[in-house]
Amino acid sequence: MSRTPLDTVEHAAATPDVELPWAELGLKKDEYERVVEILGRRPTGAELAMYSVMWSEHCSYKSSKVHLRQFGEKAPQSDALLVGIGENAGVVDVGQGYAVTFKVESHNHPSYVEPYQGAATGVGGIVRDIIAMGARPVAVVDPLRFGAADHPDTKRVLPGVVAGIGGYGNCLGLPNIGGEVVFDACYQGNPLVNAGAIGVMRHEDIHLAKASGAGNKVILYGARTGGDGIGGASILASETFDDAKPSKRPAVQVGDPFQEKLLIECTLEAFREKLVVGIQDLGAAGLSCATSELASNGSGGMRVTLDDVPLRDSTLSPEEILMSESQERMCAVVEPEKVDRFLEICEKWDVIATVIGEVTDGDRLEIFWHGEKIVDVNPRTVAHEGPVYERPYARPEWQDALQADDANKLPRPETPDELKDQVRRLVASPNQASKKWITSQYDHFVQGNTVLAQPEDSGMIRVDEQTGLGVAIATDGNGRYAKLDPYAGAQLALAEAYRNVATTGAKPLAVSDCLNFGSPEDPAVMWQFAEAVRGLADGCQQLGTPVTGGNVSLYNQTGEAAIHPTPVVAVLGVIDDVARRTPVAFQEEGQLLYLLGDTREEFGGSAWSQVIHDHLGGLPPQVDLERERLLAEILISASRDGMIDSAHDLSDGGLVQAVVESALLGGKGARLVVPDGLDAFTFLFSESAGRAVVAVPRSEELRFNDMCGARGLPATRIGVVDGDAVEVQGEFSLTLAELREAHEGTIPALLA
Amino acid sequence: MTARIGVVTFPGSLDDRDTQRAIRLAGAEPVALWHKDKDLKQVDAVVLCGGFSYGDYLRAGAIARFSPVMGSLIEQAKAGLPVLGICNGFQILTEAHLLPGAMLGNDHLHFICRDQKLRVENAETSWTGDYRQGQEIHIPLKNMDGRYVADEYTLDKLEAEGRVVFRYLDFNPNGSLRDIAGITNEAGNVVGLMPHPEHAVEPLIGTGRTDGLPFFTSILKKLVNA
Repeated sequence: MSRTPLDTVEHAAATPDVELPWAELGLKKDEYERVVEILGRRPTGAELAMYSVMWSEHCSYKSSKVHLRQFGEKAPQSDALLVGIGENAGVVDVGQGYAVTFKVESHNHPSYVEPYQGAATGVGGIVRDIIAMGARPVAVVDPLRFGAADHPDTKRVLPGVVAGIGGYGNCLGLPNIGGEVVFDACYQGNPLVNAGAIGVMRHEDIHLAKASGAGNKVILYGARTGGDGIGGASILASETFDDAKPSKRPAVQVGDPFQEKLLIECTLEAFREKLVVGIQDLGAAGLSCATSELASNGSGGMRVTLDDVPLRDSTLSPEEILMSESQERMCAVVEPEKVDRFLEICEKWDVIATVIGEVTDGDRLEIFWHGEKIVDVNPRTVAHEGPVYERPYARPEWQDALQADDANKLPRPETPDELKDQVRRLVASPNQASKKWITSQYDHFVQGNTVLAQPEDSGMIRVDEQTGLGVAIATDGNGRYAKLDPYAGAQLALAEAYRNVATTGAKPLAVSDCLNFGSPEDPAVMWQFAEAVRGLADGCQQLGTPVTGGNVSLYNQTGEAAIHPTPVVAVLGVIDDVARRTPVAFQEEGQLLYLLGDTREEFGGSAWSQVIHDHLGGLPPQVDLERERLLAEILISASRDGMIDSAHDLSDGGLVQAVVESALLGGKGARLVVPDGLDAFTFLFSESAGRAVVAVPRSEELRFNDMCGARGLPATRIGVVDGDAVEVQGEFSLTLAELREAHEGTIPALLA
Repeated sequence: MTARIGVVTFPGSLDDRDTQRAIRLAGAEPVALWHKDKDLKQVDAVVLCGGFSYGDYLRAGAIARFSPVMGSLIEQAKAGLPVLGICNGFQILTEAHLLPGAMLGNDHLHFICRDQKLRVENAETSWTGDYRQGQEIHIPLKNMDGRYVADEYTLDKLEAEGRVVFRYLDFNPNGSLRDIAGITNEAGNVVGLMPHPEHAVEPLIGTGRTDGLPFFTSILKKLVNA
């Protein structure tokens, strides 16, 4: 077999008419023409490889950029923000000299093709983003969405995803403290596997992805580069699935958590010795991304010798090396005199490390192969000046009909027996049922700082052993609400995560998001996206919680059918002393249950409408962010001053779902009385936002009531923690044993 | 005076810093030991902590057993150095033949993380003196390969000699034979168990129980009184 001659820069300039496979690499015709215009000649094969992955939807945000700008434009003034959007992850000041970095990303498409590896490498990628900021990762969370719980393919995808998350995260020694599992037929064929991570560092340890200082060395370290994941970002994550095309399995990367654990320890040790000028992880688009972003963010250019990249497969072409998404690799920029020490630390941890290039004076990224130049580009044009699309968007014509199909008009239970039966069905439904079968496959305890983990309202990690300083994180996103009204749906996701953080006693500080939508080429989807971003940006502005970074996942659709618009919002909070945290579980019999907030007849998008009537229509619950802020302040004060012993936010499933969960977790029942002005059904099932149920020790009742009264938050006494049943006076009683069987039996029966 | 207790870090060790914290909370001095280093730094006892040493490749604990630190450790353990193996550490101790039997994959084939009820069957080892015989305790458990197996002769021998130190109560989380959660060697200085006592030493953290602290106070008392 004769090899085609190397496509060098010189060769490309001399052969303008050579046809390149730009379409196969996912570029559009006008995008290719733009590359030619930028370079003033046709690109070499290697350059084409770089532009094609870096200009993919996944890496360039070309469809979403024009909307995402609002997060910056509307960003509230926040003293807490140390590093904002644009870096590997945002960084927030949590006090006492500590900074926290956190981010949520998607690994949706790979997880459908190959659930175990797709999910595992999703965890690996987000954790490297956290290390790249200079932080030690301290926890992970996993918001997940699957097709119908009883669909046969869910039984293929879910166990693989859960085992992948566990297999990778457990082996890294990161406690998994939160996330959600939601089932809906709309995710059939397009499961959402979002992965979030949190890291902690001292302020002075923040690192950035930039290559500066001519003469500084570029070191690639971690796993060898192989042929896995080639085109993962451009092909897999940036296109709709289509049965007619060949299997995309080879585009899914394969993870090795052991290698990543070594990478974490070795990187942190190099940071401790202040050996690193700039750092970038290799994720989507691999070396193409790392080199162009480091160079683009820095002051100079970069020269790289591709022959020096350690390979797993010696037959890889330079294009493949540049595009490979082999996992567990990082790129550091190190001053020449510190290179030896850096390599020593890598050797200590048995991590392969190689100098592959250096920072130069110019503004060019030049890459050499066998002594010949195969890439000569301005790195900014690769990393930051990709195409930007103003995709057309339009409110879909079916939106009116959907909103007119009012869930409040659905038939309601008429007798106490019907009510009781519907409560039992609700708490046993896959979305409302206990997810213990899933979360027990994740390590919650490792690192010995886990204060709260799922099924608590937010996960909480102790940051400082002496002072008790801690951070909390919650992720939420209700696709059913967002389908009914994407603007309100995004704000409801924000409100719920914000509320969940406050319910545990932490003060919400900042937001990360993972925006999961269908194809941006569909104007209806683009409208959903635009509305959701506008809603989230407005909401963050109002609540004073800046968006610090995040991820957009588009093309989550099979054929014409897009998923529900699913903005997943993560809120990070801080608590001065984790000893003051408030758990979900009822603690003591005799404590008084108070419902905080207003309950209205709001059933659009509710769990009740889904479980009992298989219905989605009407409007989602009203959003009142000022009320959310007040509720949060009350919850935080009450927790700090010891006025409440347990608290649970009310969201999907309404009050009855929250009370059943608190009762089962605490092993103590509750007697409830329907308050004046409400009927039993609305009291139990309404999903009005801005509410929580708290348990108040009798000795604190007066003080608690005074506080709520003085600040204008409605607080209604609705019952008492008592007995071994959940009883609604005059209506029905369900024993904890019955409830436990209903609530905990569903998921194992479907999946085990 | 206090005691110096070593904690070995292998590549892939996860609970080394947690174990050091537990030792500190018990009042002893934790000493970090490195797998490539034969020197045990004259510690008074050693803990092999949990994790996935060498990625659990080949077999859990199978590669760690051959690391330089283990050569010194095996020699000194045979001479009476107290050694505690937790989870992956227990797996390493069986691979090193300091404890009999072996660990297989959980019978349900999933990783399992839960607050596990145990009964203390032997309160006379170096690591269990602060428990009462028959005491029921809760200790977090988290593993993929926790199914303890041995031949009938070995199991009978362990039972007869009182060398089953902990047994799972109410629920056997991995299919371990005779519900065995932890065992000791003939001399009682080497103990291995699957659950993680270092994760149950502070009232606010993890499950909120402190049932694991006596492991570390037991050894401290034994060393200080020796």
